[in-house]
Amino acid sequence: MSIEWYIVLSALLFATGAMGILIRRSPMVILLCLELMLNAGNLALVAFSRMVGNGEGQIFAVIVMVVAACEVVVGLGLIVAIFRRRLPLNVDDLRELRG
Amino acid sequence: MSATTWSWLVLLFPLLGSITIALGFKALPAKVAGVIGTVSIALAFACGIAALISLLGEDPEARHHASSLWDYASVAGLDIKLGIFVDPLSIFMVLVVTGVSTLIHLYSYGYMQSDEGYHRFFSYLNFFVFSMLLLVLAGNFVLLIVGWAFVGFASYALISFWYRRETATRAGMKAFVINVVGDIGLVLAAFLIFRELGSFDYGTVFERAPEAFTTNEWTIVAICLLLLVGAFAKSAQLPLHTWLPDAMEGPTPVSSLIHAATMVTAGVYLIARTHVLFELAPTVADIAAFTGLATLLVAATMALVMTDLKRAIAYSTMSQIGYMIMGVSIGAYSAGMFHLMTHAFFKALLFMAAGSIIAAMANEQNIDKMGGFGRAMRFTSITFVCGALALAAFPGTSGFFSKDEILAFAEARGGMYLIFTVLGYVGAFLTAIYAFRLVFRVLPGRPCPEAQELIETGHLHHPHGPPVNPATGEPEDTDVGFPGAEHHIAEGSLPMRVAMGVLAVLALVGGLVQIPGVDDVVEKWLDPVWEGSPLAAIHPSLGQDYVGLGIGGFIALAGIGFAYLLYVRRPELPRTLERRLRPLHTLFANKWYFDEAIDLLVVRPALAIGRFANRVFERVVVDGLVSGTEGTVRGASEVVRTVQSGFVRSYALLLIAGFAGLALYFLLSSS
Amino acid sequence: MEEVLFFASALGALGGAVGVIAMRNPFYSVLALIVHLFSLAALFLLLTSAFVAAAQVVVYAGAVMVLYVFVVAYVGEGGESAWEPIPGQRFLAPLLGIALFVELSIAVLSSSLLALGTDGPDVKAGFGDPAAIGRLLLEKFLLPFEAASILLLLAAVGAIVLAARRREEEA
Repeated sequence: MSIEWYIVLSALLFATGAMGILIRRSPMVILLCLELMLNAGNLALVAFSRMVGNGEGQIFAVIVMVVAACEVVVGLGLIVAIFRRRLPLNVDDLRELRG
Repeated sequence: MSATTWSWLVLLFPLLGSITIALGFKALPAKVAGVIGTVSIALAFACGIAALISLLGEDPEARHHASSLWDYASVAGLDIKLGIFVDPLSIFMVLVVTGVSTLIHLYSYGYMQSDEGYHRFFSYLNFFVFSMLLLVLAGNFVLLIVGWAFVGFASYALISFWYRRETATRAGMKAFVINVVGDIGLVLAAFLIFRELGSFDYGTVFERAPEAFTTNEWTIVAICLLLLVGAFAKSAQLPLHTWLPDAMEGPTPVSSLIHAATMVTAGVYLIARTHVLFELAPTVADIAAFTGLATLLVAATMALVMTDLKRAIAYSTMSQIGYMIMGVSIGAYSAGMFHLMTHAFFKALLFMAAGSIIAAMANEQNIDKMGGFGRAMRFTSITFVCGALALAAFPGTSGFFSKDEILAFAEARGGMYLIFTVLGYVGAFLTAIYAFRLVFRVLPGRPCPEAQELIETGHLHHPHGPPVNPATGEPEDTDVGFPGAEHHIAEGSLPMRVAMGVLAVLALVGGLVQIPGVDDVVEKWLDPVWEGSPLAAIHPSLGQDYVGLGIGGFIALAGIGFAYLLYVRRPELPRTLERRLRPLHTLFANKWYFDEAIDLLVVRPALAIGRFANRVFERVVVDGLVSGTEGTVRGASEVVRTVQSGFVRSYALLLIAGFAGLALYFLLSSS
Repeated sequence: MEEVLFFASALGALGGAVGVIAMRNPFYSVLALIVHLFSLAALFLLLTSAFVAAAQVVVYAGAVMVLYVFVVAYVGEGGESAWEPIPGQRFLAPLLGIALFVELSIAVLSSSLLALGTDGPDVKAGFGDPAAIGRLLLEKFLLPFEAASILLLLAAVGAIVLAARRREEEA
């Protein structure tokens, strides 16, 4: 398969993740959609790495995985903290930053 | 040291005195402040004498020096320096101003003693003297305007000195506003001079003027008319005179210094200084002379019926300045300045004596309530009579020689100018009458209660109950901003007596320096200033002089005699005259309705314009614009604020939408 | 053969993605994501990136998803009401998603990067091996490697701080 297919697939997955963020209201699911987008990016990176022929894209993808892991950790910590304070676990109700 | 150095010192001392007293008013005891004030002016006088001596040591032709400390502005054709011009005329004015000021400071030292605002008074007074000296010594029009404006401010500050009295503050505002009108004239004249002649400096301007202008060309006429506006406002000539009687709200030393001897003579000085320009516009000079004549007569008529002592003397000032303006406008420059000097002596003296009498009357100024002070206050009465004699031009007094010299010059010039001589003598007759009307109403006769109390007990009368402003009935207190509860009369205060005594002597013998045919100190001193002027070359012949003196003396004696008849011998005559000439009397007593005319023509339209501007323009246009802008911004921000909803998802939406938009843009632009 | 594997993995990835955004129950979303991750690992293998595929399975599908599962178990289910408070969101979101996909596809497909149309150059045998990755990490990309480890430390500390029980609250 030519590399184009992988990139187009990655674009499709990315768009799906974006749409998920816009639609869902539970912070858990939003984080999962973020994971989707990050993985789509990983796919693109690895595909390009294959296209170019050196391993730099793969290194990038590994680092992205590390960042995603950290972000998940902090995000889930936040969710736990919100849950502990008995706040509703719904991003629409957490709107104290309104102007 | 050179004359210019002495002149800078003349400027420095009063300024230092004013600043020292102003900054140290908490620390300095009252007496010390008074001493500092008086001594600084005395030092200025001494420096003036030194400058005089220095100038005397020079050749008469070379007695003009300009000196500047630094440049204000030297750019784009402008060259304005902080410069003074020392010549016989400015030193003459310096000596008159500082001499009389020293005596008045001495008088104030005693007179204002119980006033709460003692320090403020001396600081303002010193500042005034500094400004007047700046005006007189200025070497270019810019500095003249600076001095002019400072003098206006000092006058305002001193008129409303007792600032808790509403009459005083209103009078101060009136004086200031009319002065500003004059300032406008002066500033516009300066601009025109700069435009036509390219310089503000006196030397340059007076050199270039005869070459640049033809006689009665409209520009020089405009310049001189604007200068006249300034001169008339400052010197209280018709029609800008209405501030002067109201200015009597200030303390008596203020009236005697500012509104008799110095500030009001600034207009005369201005015309004398710019005589070169006025000679190029004879029409305007004639206008000035006729205005001076008109003021002379109108003010004399008003003084005839005035019942307020200080205001009567104020009208007398207006009238005498009319003489001076008339004199310098028709070309009798030295005579006009001589009359300025003698007038300073006897008018300051008259005000001082009046102040003493008013103090005895506990601030009551109405002569109807006064009488018999001749016995109660010997010293004050004698000095008052001396001043009145000089004012009436009694033969031998200073006023005699100075006034008649102006009238003789008018005669010598001949032609139309004989009008001035004739009407000038009519004015002199009226002057003698009103001067001695005051004398005969206040001094002889049955003592009024206050005088009675003085004769019997030697103490001043103090009214019972809370202090009240006698003129308006307004209650007053004795805090800062009101006159003190104590009043000081000459008999009780040595400084006052010294000052009044010196002035009395000067009023009587000051004219001896310029007796026609015998000596002409003033004229010889001032002659180099008018060099090249065709008018100043006119001298009345000795015969004309003596005839003039004779007529003048006769008129003075006639006037005094008439006053004696009216007010001593047959006191019912004035009342009969008043009844017979009721309309005339009303006209005079209402000050020829000038105040009402100005109110109708100027004040009411101005207020109406102001109200209209406020109602229509300000409220609708300006406020509308401002609130409209505010409303628009507020509305717009309400709309924009809806973006900040707090919903994370809508932020995400905007983010992704923005990204999509950008990507679209880049796609399109790269295809 | 390769095409079949590609399409199968692609379908799995897409199905997992759709499952994540569509499932009501967050636990089912987590499971869908796990399926998606495994499919992606297969795709990585197709691209001869063995190490990345292994890391994907071990780290992502293994550790990160376990975290998710724990938290979902702790937090429980969150029911989402049907009513949408933000006007226009439900309408715009699919629109934007489609727009995004279309734009990115156009960008890729009409790109002048001709290599995209190929299968990629012939690579040596050790391409994508752990040895190759390790060499790169320790030689060329040492700084990002160390920065990533600091980032991990920070995240760990941050998580502890965020989720720690406050003494005052519990008392």
